[in-house]
Amino acid sequence: MNLAQRTTHGSTDHVGITLAIAARVLTQLRRDHRTLAIMIVLPCLLMTLLWWMFSAPAYAPPYGLGMFDRVAPALLAIFPFIVMFLVTSVTTLRERGSGTLERLLAMPMGKVDFLVGYAIAFGLVAAVQSLVAVGLSVGLLGLDIQGPVWLLTVVAVVDALLGTAFGLFVSAFARTEFQAVQFMPALVVPQILLCGLFVSRDHLPTVLGHVSDVLPLSYAVDAMTQVRDSVDTGPVWGDLGVIAAYVVVGLALGAATLRRRTD
Amino acid sequence: MGDAVRVSGLTVVRGGHEVLRGLDFTLRSGEVTGLLGPSGCGKSTLMRTLVGVQAGVRGAVEVLGEPAGAATLRRRIGYQTQAVSVYDDLSVRENLRFFARVLGVGADRVEQVLETTGLVPQADAVVGALSGGQRSRASLAVALLGDPDLLVLDEPTVGLDPVLRQELWTTFHAIAARGAAVLVSSHVMDEAERCERLLLMREGLLIADGTPAAIKASAGARDIEGAFLALVRGGAA
Repeated sequence: MNLAQRTTHGSTDHVGITLAIAARVLTQLRRDHRTLAIMIVLPCLLMTLLWWMFSAPAYAPPYGLGMFDRVAPALLAIFPFIVMFLVTSVTTLRERGSGTLERLLAMPMGKVDFLVGYAIAFGLVAAVQSLVAVGLSVGLLGLDIQGPVWLLTVVAVVDALLGTAFGLFVSAFARTEFQAVQFMPALVVPQILLCGLFVSRDHLPTVLGHVSDVLPLSYAVDAMTQVRDSVDTGPVWGDLGVIAAYVVVGLALGAATLRRRTD
Repeated sequence: MGDAVRVSGLTVVRGGHEVLRGLDFTLRSGEVTGLLGPSGCGKSTLMRTLVGVQAGVRGAVEVLGEPAGAATLRRRIGYQTQAVSVYDDLSVRENLRFFARVLGVGADRVEQVLETTGLVPQADAVVGALSGGQRSRASLAVALLGDPDLLVLDEPTVGLDPVLRQELWTTFHAIAARGAAVLVSSHVMDEAERCERLLLMREGLLIADGTPAAIKASAGARDIEGAFLALVRGGAA
C-alpha cells in the first residue's frame, strides 16, 4: 500500500498493527526455548571457542593485536547477520505456507506493517544477542576495544536488521524451508569470504575489491573494526548509513514480494 | 435484504487454465448460501475471488457495493481458508487477541467468539496441541472476530463431530439473521439441506442456483445428491 492510501484510510491504526505483529513474533519465539537458547548462547560459545583456539603461546603477539582481537570484531558482525537471516526466512516462509499471511493480507494490515513488525521483533532479539556476546568478549575474553563498546551493539543490531531484510526477501523465492536454508551459502558465504576477515579488503584482487565494496556485510565488518581500532566514531556512522540503506532496499524488495492477490 | 455480492461474467485463469468459466450469481444479505461441488471444481478459487486475494480474475465482481479486493472491504469480510490459518505455537486466545488487534476490535469480541465456537475450555491451550476439529474452529473464530457483513467459509465443518456440526450451522444462521451474507462451501452433499440457498458447482461452472427445494423439484430428484447427478447427466445429454 502506498503512502497516500495509508493516510486516506486513516481509521486503520498502522502503528498498533505493527506493534501487534512484533509482539506476536516475540511471543512465538519466547515459547520456543530451544531456538531462543541457540540464538543467545551459540554466539557466546563460538566466541569462546575462537578465544581458546588463539590462546596457544604461538599466537601471543610480541607486539600489536593478538589473533583473537583481529578476528573477533568480524565475527561479532557475522553472527547476527546469519542468525537473523535464517530465522527470518524460515519464519516468513512458514507464515506464507500456513495461510496466516494470506489471512493477514485480507485484513486491514499494510505490507509495511508486516515487514516493520518483523524487523522490530528480530532487532530486539539481536540487541540482546549482541549485548551478551559483546559483554562476554570484552568483559571475560579480554577483547581490546578502543572505541565505545555500546557502538558494537548498535552495529550488531543494524546488521541483524540487514539479515532480517534479506531473509524476508529470500522467503519469497523458496518453496520449502529446506530451500530457504540453502540460500544461506549462496547469499551469505560470499559476503563472509569477501568482508575482510580472510584477506584484508585492501589486498583483494581489483575485481573482488569492487565486489566487496557493494556487499553490505563488508561495511558491518569495517564498522566493527573501526570501533576496535579508534575512538573516532565518524567512519562508523558512515558505514552504518550504508548498511541502513541496504536494509531499506531489502525491506522494499520484501514488500514487493508480498502480493495480496496470488494464484 | 439487498445483494451483498453481485458477480457477472466471472472467469479466473490459473496457469493458462480456466478454473472458473463465466459465472453469474448474486448473494443476498441475511441468507446462508451453500456452495457445493466435488473437490477441485473451483469452490476455493471462487471464495478467494470474493475475498479479493485471487489473481487472474476477469469479469465484474462487486462485494458490499465495492469492487472485490477494495481496501475498505478488508474489515467487513470474514474469511476462513481451507487450511487452518492460525499460529500453531500460540494459544487460541493469543491467536484471537493478535488478529483482534490487526482488525481493530476489542478484547471483548475475543471472549464472544470463544463462546460462539465452543472453545472456552481450550482457550489457553496451544493450537498445535488441539484436535483437528478444534484447530478448525480456532480458525473459524478468527473469521468471526470482525463481526463481518460477508462471511466466507471454506469447508468449515470438515471432520467435525455431528453435534458440533449442527451447532455451527445454527451459528451460521444466527449470523445471517443479524443481516450478514454467509457463504459456506462443502463437498458433502448432505449439508445442502441446512442452507437457505444453494449454488451447485462442477468443473468451473454453476450447474444450479436456487433453494434446495426448487433445485430438487426441477431435477425431479429426492435429494441434492440425486439432483446433482440428474443435472450433470442432463447437461451431458
